[in-house]
Amino acid sequence: MKYRLNSLIHKQIFIPIAALLVLTLFNLIMDPSFFAITLGTNNVGKAVLTGNLITILDNASELVILAIGMTLVTSASGGQDISVGAGIAIAGSVMLRILCGPEGTADVVKAPVIVAFLACCVVSMLFGAFNGILVAYFKIQPMVATLILFTAGRSIAAWINENRLPVINDPTFAYYGNYIPGVVLPTPVFIAIICVAAIFLILKFTNMGLYSQAVGINPHSSRLNGIDPAVIKLITYVLLGLCVAVAGFIKVSRISSINYSVVAKDIEMDAILAVALGGNPLGGGKFNMAASILGAYVIQFLTTTLFKYNVDSTALPAYKAVVVIILVVLSAPVVREKINRSVKTLKSKKAVKEA
Amino acid sequence: MEKEPILKLRGICKYFPGVRALQDVDFTLRRGEIHALMGENGAGKSTLIKVLTGVYVKDAGEVHIEGHEGSVNIHSPQDAQNLGISTVYQEISLCPNLTVAENMFIGREKSPITNWAKMNKRAGEMLSALDIPASPTMQLGSCSIAIQQMVAIARAVDMECKVLILDEPTSSLDEQEVEKLFKLMRDLREKGVGIIFVTHFLDQVYEVCDRITVLRDGGLVGEYVIEDLPRVELVSKMLGKELDDMAEIKSSESDEEAEAKGDIILEAKGLSSSEGIKPFDFHIRAGEVNGFTGLLGSGRSECVRAIFGADRVTSGTVSVNGKQVKIKKPIDAMKAGIGYLPEDRKRDGIVSELSVRENIILALQVMKGFFKPFSRAKAEAFADEYIKLLEIKTASSDTPIGQLSGGNQQKVILARWLLTNPSYLILDEPTRGIDIGTKIEIQKMALQLAKEGKSVTFISSEIDEMLRTCSRLIVMRDRKVVGELTGSDLTQGKIMSTIAGGDNK
Repeated sequence: MKYRLNSLIHKQIFIPIAALLVLTLFNLIMDPSFFAITLGTNNVGKAVLTGNLITILDNASELVILAIGMTLVTSASGGQDISVGAGIAIAGSVMLRILCGPEGTADVVKAPVIVAFLACCVVSMLFGAFNGILVAYFKIQPMVATLILFTAGRSIAAWINENRLPVINDPTFAYYGNYIPGVVLPTPVFIAIICVAAIFLILKFTNMGLYSQAVGINPHSSRLNGIDPAVIKLITYVLLGLCVAVAGFIKVSRISSINYSVVAKDIEMDAILAVALGGNPLGGGKFNMAASILGAYVIQFLTTTLFKYNVDSTALPAYKAVVVIILVVLSAPVVREKINRSVKTLKSKKAVKEA
Repeated sequence: MEKEPILKLRGICKYFPGVRALQDVDFTLRRGEIHALMGENGAGKSTLIKVLTGVYVKDAGEVHIEGHEGSVNIHSPQDAQNLGISTVYQEISLCPNLTVAENMFIGREKSPITNWAKMNKRAGEMLSALDIPASPTMQLGSCSIAIQQMVAIARAVDMECKVLILDEPTSSLDEQEVEKLFKLMRDLREKGVGIIFVTHFLDQVYEVCDRITVLRDGGLVGEYVIEDLPRVELVSKMLGKELDDMAEIKSSESDEEAEAKGDIILEAKGLSSSEGIKPFDFHIRAGEVNGFTGLLGSGRSECVRAIFGADRVTSGTVSVNGKQVKIKKPIDAMKAGIGYLPEDRKRDGIVSELSVRENIILALQVMKGFFKPFSRAKAEAFADEYIKLLEIKTASSDTPIGQLSGGNQQKVILARWLLTNPSYLILDEPTRGIDIGTKIEIQKMALQLAKEGKSVTFISSEIDEMLRTCSRLIVMRDRKVVGELTGSDLTQGKIMSTIAGGDNK
């Protein structure tokens, strides 16, 4: 048992698990009712499960999906895509444009949702490819390359709908971001689960994981082993584009509309934070997908906890920043080495005493 | 006429954990001479330079410099500069986006206000005095590499340097640029500057230098006046083989067997690459071990890298088993049955944070395809098989390869290529920096592969090793193939004289 605990501490996934435990413990002590799940009714009068845990699972969905793509991008290209928030605005805008047509409102969707979704996937993947080409072939730093869409994305989104605020009054469209009638859990939870399952299948049945890690750790060596580092980097950005499309779909379905300037605002920072929280080096290379996904849930857990204690939403980033500082310091090699060393000296002192 | 010394190093020692980088080295530089510092890799040249420039602090010994009483201590590059020791490194460490004049004076202005007009004027004077064809207001990045190199030298000279160290300044210059640089060096010699010249090009040493100091394995071999040291002797001193004991007899399986009778596996014609090797022809037969030899920087690695498609091939054709193949990328070569163990293990070989298992299966996995990953069990089986076969010392196949010793890392890379079952395996410096036991195992492995009918190219800086393994040697000098030795010609003496070239046989 002691051995197992020891090996867990050295595992990467320990960081998000520990963070999760701390948050759980905090809430248990402060107010155990935090974890209560009750059967309530939603805004359309259907019976659904409610409670903080459900809120966390629901609201974390977009972040979880983005964290998947961000983890791969980080691993292969050694940098992050900061345009995902703007990308969500574009994806959502494309979706609404197709569903509403040129009028800007629709009482009944004007095209099948699946068609709109596929179109928004294609557009998002093209934007992903744009970022990917800049990074992989023009060798521009990821953060600088994606700064272009970060800056321009929301304007592009507004332009797609000619700067109107399209509204869909068709209740069936809201299913994807809220509840499907008769189902007691919010739909985004299921979409996130599907995405998580998909990435684990991809990692199991392709060499995505091996290649992106090899490219991230040593591009020269990867090339001499027959991998094309540029292609692998490009693929990760296109995959992140797909994740952005799914997240955008959920976002616009939640409110059946879009606000270009605030939709998914700052979500790129949370997605990067999720990767970091998962203990993944932001300089690329090795990654642990499960840890990133857990990291995304931890962030939402933290946000919901802070809301519960009436922390003003404008003050939220400051609290998150504190968490980031603690994490970054704890995961810094210098600190880790120091902790390891002091643990070792403690142990040897103990051994000396026993002897 | 003995000129007065301006720099004297006596009994310099420098230790690194487990290594004696410098042991009791003496070095004397006189006023107005160009002094070549020669030695193969690991001889201690760069360590000596770094001690002299304050990058490393010496562990023992004395440094005397003209104008200073007693031994001086150099603790930082700043100290070295104050003593009048300036260095121009191989990679130019100036700012390409600043002007020539700015680069010459940056960081040297005492006052916070810069008088631009005055600075440009002084720079202009210096440039014309040294006959450097550049204008002070040109952006440095727009000048050729040679001019940049010269500006770096001008900067050093202006800092009232007595000792100028040029560390491989010519490796990225073409012939005319080298000429210009040499002219500048000779001018400086006239002005009484002592120049330490580090290079791998023998021709250049004999063209411009007055004296040579040879280091080997961290120790001093000797100091020679250039006229007294023919090329062949220089090479033998660098490699540590006395010309007398060249009577070595090639191992039993010589002559007849050496000319292996197998079919030609691979043939290259007029191959050249972006790395500047002159077009060369090459072939290898089944069951043959051959090698490229030559001093460091002679283009040995560049030749095999061109064959493997590791550098951009600019001309020539490659045929495998008589059929012409297009090798543009390493994967093309791999598919044609070629494996390549690269020279620089850290940079090109290992993927340090990945496990031993992943490192072993990497090449075969890539050949198999993106959508067909090996099952965990299969990968484990491959890894365990080769860990056992090559006796790789690792805690488990899950251990990151970066935690292994150099020799074991090399075995993992070897395992990676053996696993792909190549018909032609290129081993580029497979034994560098690894222990003697592993060295011999790797040599045996190369011979074993040849016995199984495979072809191997073996490259090594150690001639002994090449003689033990290869039946045919291709000799390189200055990025050109200058000879091919087989059978009874495979002796150290013959190899060295071919490497040295020039007039003096």
